[in-house]
Amino acid sequence: MPGRVLLVEDETNIMEAIGFLLSRDGWAVNGHGNGATALEAIARLAPDVLVLDMMLPGRSGLDILRDLRADPKTEHLPVLMLTAKGQIRDRDMALALGANAFLTKPFANAELVETLRSMARTANLDDVARGGGAA
Amino acid sequence: MPPAVPPPRYLQRTGSRIRERRLMQGLRQADVAGRAGISASYLNLIEHNRRRIGGKLLIAIARALDVEPTLLSEGADATLADVLFRAAQGGHVGTGTAPEVEMIDALSGRFPGWTDLIAAQQKRITGLEALVDALRDRLSHDPVLAETMHEVLSTVAAIRSTADILVREPNLEAPWRTRFHRNLHEEAERLSIRATAMLAHFEDATPRGDGPATPLETVEAMFDAAGHHFPAIETGGKAAILRVLERAAGMEDSVTRDLAAQMLTAYAQDAARLPLAEIMPAAAAVDFAPERLLHMGQGDAALVLRRLASLPRAPDGSGAPEVGLAICDGSGALLFRRRVAGFAIPRFGAGCPLWPLYGALNRPGQPIVAVLDMPGGGQFQAWSVSQPAELVGFGATPVMRATMLVRAIDDPAHDPAAPTIAAGPGCQVCARTACTARRMIGPGG
Repeated sequence: MPGRVLLVEDETNIMEAIGFLLSRDGWAVNGHGNGATALEAIARLAPDVLVLDMMLPGRSGLDILRDLRADPKTEHLPVLMLTAKGQIRDRDMALALGANAFLTKPFANAELVETLRSMARTANLDDVARGGGAA
Repeated sequence: MPPAVPPPRYLQRTGSRIRERRLMQGLRQADVAGRAGISASYLNLIEHNRRRIGGKLLIAIARALDVEPTLLSEGADATLADVLFRAAQGGHVGTGTAPEVEMIDALSGRFPGWTDLIAAQQKRITGLEALVDALRDRLSHDPVLAETMHEVLSTVAAIRSTADILVREPNLEAPWRTRFHRNLHEEAERLSIRATAMLAHFEDATPRGDGPATPLETVEAMFDAAGHHFPAIETGGKAAILRVLERAAGMEDSVTRDLAAQMLTAYAQDAARLPLAEIMPAAAAVDFAPERLLHMGQGDAALVLRRLASLPRAPDGSGAPEVGLAICDGSGALLFRRRVAGFAIPRFGAGCPLWPLYGALNRPGQPIVAVLDMPGGGQFQAWSVSQPAELVGFGATPVMRATMLVRAIDDPAHDPAAPTIAAGPGCQVCARTACTARRMIGPGG
């Protein structure tokens, strides 16, 4: 069962389309458009999965991801990175910093939905393995 | 006494070619030796391949014979050996057996055709690798292009996701449908603006800090720096090419240098066929209008167009007008570009399919004139012609070349009595999204 997803994305029409899609798929969706205050939004909304754009106003997605992994409260938060720069270097950097998945814009809607479902399933299994029970 | 070992092939050929050139010109050894500052007996040893020759002496003998040093072959064949060595160093990865580099001389001596082929392929590989690196580097290190690409792709992502929802949700509630239609409209507007910004970036004629990247770009930069006019070659012919190359920047790479020498040789041939002293006053008398100068080409209209693109322009703007020039082969690949402000010619890939440059390929030998309306608002007159690159025998297929000269129309009242074409710089960066000639550029459109 999908849970709460937070979209950190500055392109409002992309956020609206993704938000609609994920809502129809059963997710409780929240959106946030500023990189500088993204960590506060994450702490406040406590999402089960995070969709994080690479290039954001105020702070880059990679910097936000780095802080998330350094914080024990969010080190295991599943993160799907989005970027329009489909370069291997960006993908490698995001995955090295601990991103769970990576999609390049323009992506297919079905691919996004399936990736998030897969991440949620994996996160539940990981939670069980860590002794936290299923979400 | 050990058996005589034949000198390496490059040594054999250098002396022999000097001798051939001298005899062709009807010169005595003493004449050439005197001009080169050596004794006739020493030249005799060289001509019989008993002395290695290179550097200043090779240049001196080349000057004495009024030929390019590379034509005398030691340079070319030393380069051949070097190219083969580089091919051996880099080309055997994965083949399991390392090439026998110590056998290069023997190989080139016994199989000159095969070694020339290997060398040509190695040069091509080097050129292609440089091009791939340049393209990758350009996208990675051009912050404006990277940012604009990011914005365009984000807009495309929004359009793709929104359109997908509209198509796949036939029973979408009216408020959502209205909202997504509005979003699509917004994103289409945004895409138009961002594509225009990308076009402006390509059209920016200001030299960038990263400089030219490919051999062709480096050579074009050399031509740009000279204003596409080389006084030394105009007066000194082919013999001046070496001096021009010595003073030009970026000629360290042999591929670039060879390409530059080839293009300057073509320039020298044009200058010899239609000298500056003839074309300049004649062109000035008819306001540099190609259609009134075609007779000077004696059947070669492309020669007239090329010469008009190589006339001098004074720093105060007097002299020949600023013009652009594009030359392509029968496949449409651009072989040479002279850019002019407001008329972008793509760095890579094809130009606009509506350019008369390509139309001329369908009408060989028939000069075409047209007025091009560019998306940025500029208007240019374009003269174009295609013809065989060189005469071939009966039954042979000629290699076609098309040439297009463009010149800005500054006077709004100017009526060139030519068809007007709504053209662009090339589909990759063109803002005319509704153009019927537009090619799809990859899955993103």
